[in-house]
Amino acid sequence: MKIKNWGNYPIVDAEMVSPSSVMEVKKAVCESNELIARGLGRSYGDSSLNQKIVSTLKLNHFLAFDEQSGLLTCEAGISLAEILDAFVPRGWFLPVTPGTKFVTIGGAIAADVHGKNHHVAGSFSTYVDTLKIIVSSGDIINCSRTVHPELFWATCGGMGLTGVIIEASFYLKPIETAYIRQRVIKTKNLAETFEAFENNKGWTYSVAWIDCLSKEDALGRSALILGEHALKDEIRYRYRNPLLIEKKFFIRAPFYFPDFILNTHTVKLFNELRYRTYRDHDTIVDYEPFFYPLDSIREWNKIYGKRGFTQYQFVLPRETSEEGLRKILQRISESGEGSFLAVLKLFGKQEGLLSFPKEGYTLALDFPITERTMKLFNELDALVQNFGGRLYLAKDVRMNKDVFSQGYENLKQFVDIKQHYDPANKFHSLQSKRIMG
Amino acid sequence: MKYILIIGAGSDIARPLSYLYAKAGYGIYLASRNYEKLTRDANDLKIRYGIDAAAFLFDVTEATTHQSFYQSLPEKPFGVICLAGILGDQKKAEAEFAETKNIFDANFSGCVSIINIIANDLEQRREGFIVGVSSVAGERGRKSNYIYAAAKAGFTTYLSGLRNRLFSSHVQVLTVHPGFIRTKMIEGRNTPEMITATPETVAKDLFHAQQNGKDFIYSQWFWRYIMFAFTMIPESMVKKLDLK
Repeated sequence: MKIKNWGNYPIVDAEMVSPSSVMEVKKAVCESNELIARGLGRSYGDSSLNQKIVSTLKLNHFLAFDEQSGLLTCEAGISLAEILDAFVPRGWFLPVTPGTKFVTIGGAIAADVHGKNHHVAGSFSTYVDTLKIIVSSGDIINCSRTVHPELFWATCGGMGLTGVIIEASFYLKPIETAYIRQRVIKTKNLAETFEAFENNKGWTYSVAWIDCLSKEDALGRSALILGEHALKDEIRYRYRNPLLIEKKFFIRAPFYFPDFILNTHTVKLFNELRYRTYRDHDTIVDYEPFFYPLDSIREWNKIYGKRGFTQYQFVLPRETSEEGLRKILQRISESGEGSFLAVLKLFGKQEGLLSFPKEGYTLALDFPITERTMKLFNELDALVQNFGGRLYLAKDVRMNKDVFSQGYENLKQFVDIKQHYDPANKFHSLQSKRIMG
Repeated sequence: MKYILIIGAGSDIARPLSYLYAKAGYGIYLASRNYEKLTRDANDLKIRYGIDAAAFLFDVTEATTHQSFYQSLPEKPFGVICLAGILGDQKKAEAEFAETKNIFDANFSGCVSIINIIANDLEQRREGFIVGVSSVAGERGRKSNYIYAAAKAGFTTYLSGLRNRLFSSHVQVLTVHPGFIRTKMIEGRNTPEMITATPETVAKDLFHAQQNGKDFIYSQWFWRYIMFAFTMIPESMVKKLDLK
């Protein structure tokens, strides 16, 4: 069976099992020498690829919900979309959500995903109460911040390397409406962008779309998008039920676009047009276009063509952020390898062993996979290393061992815990083989 | 709250189907042999849609238990959907009648037994619906599965008679003829990718047909034309085609 993740690269010929009960997962774990868990395959690269894959998609039951505290317990294969469908009409929202709702809970925990509210709310693991994991011996272990805390911390952000997550309990957050009060602030250059971020730290949600092909004075010009859950009084009377949103139509990318469609000129044009369409203004939008703008185009990854693409996402510590980003953006702008989408975000503090976020700024850039971009990534790696930053494992497909171990300072601790629960190194992916050896 | 009862709720179609009815506000009763799985499914429905759902241990082939099962339901259902059925082992069934009987019971006589009981109740109440999931296989026997096909043919005929009987009592009877579906039933068999439906598609077709008061549908729609063409071929020719 040919399997690939969101970036359409690499494509591996793998054996995939889809257990529908905990006992079947246990059987799969006991019978294999090596395997990795996979959910909806929204990681970009090879994080959930291996010769043998155990899919969690059939573990998709809600198990319990406490109306008082918002504590939801569900199986690992439940997707964020399913949670939103079930709970938004009842006044609950995800405490943290990435830019797509088509990820599973297991995947969200394994990659310890972050959202536009990281600077105030932290990553997904912040809201996780307990986890149920099947480790390499086949034992089912419950863990939390107090019970087996080492396994808990190694599993949140651990990319599935400690075992298969089968269940999780985490807190949803109460909302009054399904709408977001949105403000857009346009900036003319990188200095203004940073200033805008710092001045608007009070907003729950913030993210900037950055034009990565602009040069010189305009380098780093952006549209900063801020958001806050709208209160009942803030939305106009025409929304009869404030917790319901209109059902939307979606389009589907019909086929793999030819490789030449995305080139420097089209990307430059696209970035220019997008920058021009933004205006400083306040609006009310529902949560879908605010959090999941790209989910309305299903399979949008096909626009990068069959060669595949990757997202280069790094974070730099706060102290070096401005200088580092300026250098990196300059380098990208010079190379002419424009990124269709470039997103800048301020992170807050973060716990965890392999969790990606750390206090500072993160930039995410999409690039097609070509020889030229691969060379560019290596140059960017050196800059990121220089400025004390690191790369996001869920997006990575090509990082080397050195960049990984230097970026993640708690790696040694993680490896010790993994060794303890998985002495035979049963759980590994193509990615972990590449970066951990 | 109106309830629907799903017989054979261990089927892969049952979950997507129960979502559609739960979303529409129905309470859901799930019945099949796999009680443990059904309890999880029912619990999931309760949390997901905030409706009432319950699981019941039920064996379609044990006809003697059917009356007491129906009596034991906390609320009498407004509608019943019968998804029960097994493909069975054709070769074994040719050699041993026990297997043939097994296939007949699971696909035909067992379903008839429980539907008889519910039909009488609905007829008296003058409301509700009955949905039977039969198969396109029942429209013409082939050597690889004619015992299963014969049971399904019987079931289709039973449903059409029942429809005529219950028409005057305002009870809807819907027959669904699905083609290939990507389920446990055909796991490991090679079916043409293009015309193999997902359980979700079949569930959607069934739900919309039932809500719109239909009598008979194919799922997916193009099977109507495939089966029309196939049943037009005279027997004298079909036997020489050596179809699997």
